[in-house]
Amino acid sequence: MSSSTAKTLFEKVWSDHLVQDETPETPAVLYIDLHLIHEVTTPQAFTLLRQKNLAVRRPDLTLGTMDHSTPTTPVHSFKDLAVVGESAAKQVVAMQDNCAEFGLELLGFESDQRGIVHVIGPELGATQPGKTIVCGDSHTSTHGAFGALAFGIGTTEVGHVLATQCLLQRKPKTLSINVSGGLQPGVTAKDVILAIIGQIGVDGGTGHCIEYRGAAIESMDMEARMTVCNMSIEAGARAGMIAPDEITLAYLEGKPRVPQGSAWSVAAERWLSLRSDQGASYDKTVDIDGSKLQPMVTFGTNPGMVISVADPVPDADGNASFQKALDYMQVVPGKPLSESPVDVVFVGSCTNSRISDLQQAADILRGRKVADGVRMLVVPGSQQIKKEAEALGLDKIFSASGAEWRESGCSMCLGMNGDTVPKGQLSVSTSNRNFEGRQGIGARTVLASPMTAAASAIEGRVADPRPYLRD
Amino acid sequence: MDAIRKLESRTVVLPATDIDTDQIIPARFLTTTSREGLGGNLFYDWRFDADGNENPDFVLNQAESAGCTVLVAGRNFGCGSSREHAPWALLDYGLRAVISTEIADIFRSNSLKNGFLPIVVDEATHAWLLDNPGVRVSVDVEKSTVTLPGGASVSFPIDDFARYCLLEGIDQLGFLQKHEDAIQKFEEERPWKP
Ligand code: SF4
Repeated sequence: MSSSTAKTLFEKVWSDHLVQDETPETPAVLYIDLHLIHEVTTPQAFTLLRQKNLAVRRPDLTLGTMDHSTPTTPVHSFKDLAVVGESAAKQVVAMQDNCAEFGLELLGFESDQRGIVHVIGPELGATQPGKTIVCGDSHTSTHGAFGALAFGIGTTEVGHVLATQCLLQRKPKTLSINVSGGLQPGVTAKDVILAIIGQIGVDGGTGHCIEYRGAAIESMDMEARMTVCNMSIEAGARAGMIAPDEITLAYLEGKPRVPQGSAWSVAAERWLSLRSDQGASYDKTVDIDGSKLQPMVTFGTNPGMVISVADPVPDADGNASFQKALDYMQVVPGKPLSESPVDVVFVGSCTNSRISDLQQAADILRGRKVADGVRMLVVPGSQQIKKEAEALGLDKIFSASGAEWRESGCSMCLGMNGDTVPKGQLSVSTSNRNFEGRQGIGARTVLASPMTAAASAIEGRVADPRPYLRD
Repeated sequence: MDAIRKLESRTVVLPATDIDTDQIIPARFLTTTSREGLGGNLFYDWRFDADGNENPDFVLNQAESAGCTVLVAGRNFGCGSSREHAPWALLDYGLRAVISTEIADIFRSNSLKNGFLPIVVDEATHAWLLDNPGVRVSVDVEKSTVTLPGGASVSFPIDDFARYCLLEGIDQLGFLQKHEDAIQKFEEERPWKP
């Protein structure tokens, strides 16, 4: 194939969904195959529909859940919502009412399929290669792990998709991130994406759709690929994609919402054809040697402020924003983070709450104890993952080590549901954002992999997981 | 959305880089079901201390910031979540534009849909604005220019369609709805169905 006709994965999915191409004067009209909705970013969109007397155009392509402001203690009735506060309870009730009024499927409290929106989409097989997927949530990029074009949108755009199943979009540029080599033991997908953000910066992907490629990516399982694509937004990119392959197919086959029987083979063949053509060109390319990567942690207040776990915190060198971050985090340049005592450990969020994440944390915790004075919270990404983890006995390992085992939800990732890190405390968290106050007012967040989080819980300070690995 | 053609204001400067949407409006204020009244929570954890008292050191709390509608902020303003509550809060507070060298994608898109102007200027102009807080600038949406004191003008990039919508106060949903026939045709003719 000549390089002029060779297309990238992104270009194939993009052009497959053009109701109308862009012109200099007008953006493209892009068709959306799956619209995921949750309680926080939809109420104002439903209000708009009501004001304009509009229906939801394709309820069959819309799927709702509740995750952000739901409690992670068991909920049996709406009365239990009081634990998260009155306005959060009202928002959750509004979600239920809106879905009922507009005829939308909602995986609500009573559903054993509810969970974090970016966890349940793939788990149900609603997320599929080649689809366009949007949600009023920036971590929609997660679904790109399947070779879908998936990105976060604002509430006004949620209204646009509900009403027309389309969005007005300008075509982004493409960025190829090539991670070569094999990862060392103790180095995970989370460390890879943190290292990428550390290298290209929190705005390195702005205006681009990333495609992750290379041996290190190709050898990852789907859960690890989701971890990588999840944090594309932390690198400034709205979307990150990985080409569908046999690993993708093996994950999806038999999931409840994928095509079945002969339709499966047809879909699988189409999906495999989506990979970027030989010679396809990208606007920008970045190369990273995966074999050199170490377990990574953040030390500042954005996800680009990242070092390997044993390295000293860098100096601000007169940069005021950098210094402000160091002051907020109460970390000292020249010293490694292992000198920072840890108060809270959080394993969860749409980045790292899947079964393999929980397994990695449990493997390190098995037979060991969470250090005195450390609170460790383990929050599975969905009710199904919770069930699966319990079948494997992971809940017992967590409880025996002194960690709390919860119902699914976003929880301490953004602290909307009452699960927060107290002021000034240091939290090692498997989530995706270490912004000031993200996990609670004045909370200090260190982002890390589930293994690093578990090792830190044991030591009561930020710790390298490698001494705890089992053969 | 109200049409916006011109703005004239003194600037308020927040020099920090990478100001994320969790700073613009913390997550705990997102449990609202309305888009009104969010201005009180804008930059809440920077504006107020733990007891809810105003932090006198924060620029928006200082007398000279009163009435200003143009924010100048460090690189990569609005990074983080897709919450449209961020531009809603900025507008409700009374701000109408932000000038930076880079503005995050989703925040920019949300801002344009609400008539909040995301303005990207060159490094030198930006550095000068950071160093000279409180100067009077004027923004012309039609010409896509920011005019500095002394009359020098710099242009900023803006998508033609977004500019048209801003100038006319156009609701983009209406524009999308005009494509109904094409959408239906697309649904019928596409080779595979989701
Ligand atoms: S887990 Fe965190 S990042 Fe993921 S959807 Fe929930 S709040 Fe957003």
